[in-house]
Amino acid sequence: MQPFRRHTGLVAPLDRVNVDTDQMIPKQFCKLLTREGYGKFLFYDWRYLPGERPNPAFELNQPRYQGASILLTRANFGCGSSREHAPWGVADYGFRVLIAPSFADIFYNNCFKNGLLPITLPDEQVDELFRRTYAHPGYQLTVDLEAQTLSDDFDLTLTFPIDPFRKYCLLNGLDDIGLTLQHEDKIRAFEEKHQVTPVQYDDVDMWSPERAAD
Amino acid sequence: MSKQTMYEKIWNAHLVHQEDGKPALIYIDRHLIHEGTSPQAFAGLRAAGRRVRRPDLTFAVMDHSVSTKDRTLPVLDDNARAQFEALWRNCRETGVRLFDMHSRHQGIVHIIGPELGLTQPGLTIVCGDSHTSTHGAFGALAFGIGTSEIEHVLATQTLPQFKSKTMLIRVTGRRPPGVTAKDIILAIIGKIGVAGGTGHVIEYAGEGVTALSMEGRMTVCNMSIEAGARAGMIAPDDTTFAWMEGRPFVPRGKDFQVAVESWKTLPSDPGARYDTVVELDISQLAPQVTWGTTPGMVADVTGVVPDPASFADPIERRAAERALEYMALAPGTPITSIPLDRVFIGSCTNSRLEDLRMAAQVVEGRRVSPRIKQALVVPGSRLVKAQAEKEGLDRIFKAAGFEWRDAGCSMCIGMNDDVLPAGERCASTSNRNFEGRQGKGGRTHLVSPIMAAAAAIAGHFVDIRGWGVGLVE
Ligand code: SF4
Repeated sequence: MQPFRRHTGLVAPLDRVNVDTDQMIPKQFCKLLTREGYGKFLFYDWRYLPGERPNPAFELNQPRYQGASILLTRANFGCGSSREHAPWGVADYGFRVLIAPSFADIFYNNCFKNGLLPITLPDEQVDELFRRTYAHPGYQLTVDLEAQTLSDDFDLTLTFPIDPFRKYCLLNGLDDIGLTLQHEDKIRAFEEKHQVTPVQYDDVDMWSPERAAD
Repeated sequence: MSKQTMYEKIWNAHLVHQEDGKPALIYIDRHLIHEGTSPQAFAGLRAAGRRVRRPDLTFAVMDHSVSTKDRTLPVLDDNARAQFEALWRNCRETGVRLFDMHSRHQGIVHIIGPELGLTQPGLTIVCGDSHTSTHGAFGALAFGIGTSEIEHVLATQTLPQFKSKTMLIRVTGRRPPGVTAKDIILAIIGKIGVAGGTGHVIEYAGEGVTALSMEGRMTVCNMSIEAGARAGMIAPDDTTFAWMEGRPFVPRGKDFQVAVESWKTLPSDPGARYDTVVELDISQLAPQVTWGTTPGMVADVTGVVPDPASFADPIERRAAERALEYMALAPGTPITSIPLDRVFIGSCTNSRLEDLRMAAQVVEGRRVSPRIKQALVVPGSRLVKAQAEKEGLDRIFKAAGFEWRDAGCSMCIGMNDDVLPAGERCASTSNRNFEGRQGKGGRTHLVSPIMAAAAAIAGHFVDIRGWGVGLVE
C-alpha cells in the first residue's frame, strides 16, 4: 500500500450529510471483479446525466474543483453497505484525504486499507473549511500526518486526532495481513483450545471438498 | 471479576493477542462469503501467495446477483456470470464450502446462516456485507467487513479490531397488534438517528424484544447497521434454543444440552455497564413508514410527510429538502395518501417464514390493486420457499396477483433484473431507502411485511391496524 506522509491538494466540497456507499459506487459496478478503475463511476448517479454527460449541477463537476484531492463533506460519510468499491472509487478518482465531522465505521476502516486518510473534525471547524473553500477559488490544504495538522495559506492550522496505530500503518504503508501473520504461533495456539468447526448432522446441499472427493 | 456485557464476554473469549496501543487480534469462528464482495479478496490472496487458513469455517453462497426467475436458464448478464464463475473457481481451489444458485439450501446469506444452524450463540461471525449484524439475534458477535478484511480473515482467520463502545437499547411495553419487529427497529432508528449507533455495538433488551420470535429478533438486529452500529445483539434464551434445535449444523442430543448450558452463560451480567443507554416504549407505537432517503426519515402511518422547515438544524433541513425532492413528496402529505407503483416483500430483513405467513394473512381472499404494476414476493431462502409452498402461501399470494419468486436479494438491491424503474414508488420490506438503492431514480418506502401487503391491496399506504385481520404470528 502507498504510504501517506504529507499531502497538499485542492479541496472540493460535498455539502451533504449521510452520503452512503450505494451513492458512491452504485450496485451495477459492484459486479466487476477487479479493485481498479472505479474512479470513473464515483457518485455516478449524481455526477452524470443520461449518456454519461457530466451533470453541471453536481458540485464536483465544477471546473474549479477539477483535480481535487481533498474531499470536504458532512457527517456520517460512507454509511450503508460495506462495499470497499466505495473507497476504491474515492481513491481512484484522485482523493487522498477526506474531511468530515464523522464517518461510518466500516467505511472508515476501509479507507485505511487503501491509503486514504479520513480526518474527523468538529462541526465548527468543518463549517469554517466549507466557508474558506467557497471563498477562495483554488483553496488548498496541506495535511501532515506525522504532525497531525492541517493548514492553509491563510494562517489556519488545525490539529486532528487519529489512532496511533492506524497512523503508524498509514505512514509506513503497511500490509496488515503481514503484521497479523507475525503472530502465527499465537493463532495456532489459540486454535488448539478453541474448536469451532461445525459438526454437520443432516445432509446439506452444498459443495465441499469432501463431497467433491466422493 | 467485574460485571461483563455479552459483547465483552464474547470479545474476551476470542482474544488471540493484545498489545498496548494496537488493535486486538480477534478470532473469527464463521466467515460467510457471497459473490459480490469476495472476488477481489481471493485475487489478493492469490497474488500474495497465501492460502485460505480455515476453509472448514468459511461458507459461501450466491445471493446478490442471482435471478429469482428460472435458474435452469443460462445467465445472460455477463458480469453476474463472471461473479458466479469466480466464486465457483475460488471455492473449488481453496476448499471453501459453497451453496451455489442451484442448491436447495441456497438463499440470502443472512437467512441461510441461522436457518442451517451455522449461526450459533457466542460465536464471532463476519461477512463482507453490512447486514451481518442480523446474526447477533442469536447472541453472536456478528459484523460486516470490507473486502480487504475478507482477505485478512481468509488468510489468518482473525481480524485486528478496536473494541467498540456498548449501547443498551431497552424496549419496554407490549407491542400493539399490527406493530411488528420492523416497526420497532424503524422507530429506534428514527429516535437515535442513522449515525446514533456509530462506534457502538448495540444490545437490545427489554420485554418488547424478548417477546419477539427469532424471526422478529433477526429483523431488529439486521437493521442495526442502519443506525450506524456495526453489530446488534440479543441475549440467547429459551426462544433461541428452541428455534435452533434440530438444524443441520446444531449439535444434537447430549451435545445440544452441553451447548445450551454454555450459551446460558452469555447474557450480560446484571448490573453490567454500557456506554450509552436508550429506552423506547412501544406500547403506543404505530406502524412506521419511511418518507425520505435514509431509514431515519420515518413517520407513523397516521402521520404526514414533515415540513423541512420544521428541522432546527440547517444541515438536517437541507437533507430533508433534498430527500423530499428526490421522493417527489410535498410536506404535509398524509402518509396514507401516498400512491404506490410496486410492492416488494423480501430481503434479509423480512423474508423469513413468519414474514410471509403474516403477509399472506393480510392478502388472503383479496386482490392487488390495479394501480400496482408489480407486487413481488421473494422468499429469503429456498427452504423458506419450500416450507411456504407446503403451507400454501404461494397460492394465496399468486391468487391475489403477487409474483412468487425464487430466493435471493432481488429488488432489495437490484443487482439482478428485479429493478425499480426511475420515478416509480415502491413499498418495500427491505432495509435501505437510499437514492437509487432499488434502481436508479426509484423511490423506496420501508415498511413491515403486513404494511407492504396491505399497501399492495389498497394501492397506497394504509394503517394495517384498521383491517381487522387476526395478525397472529
Ligand atoms: S437482501 Fe439486501 S441488504 Fe440483505 S444481503 Fe441482500 S442486498 Fe444486502
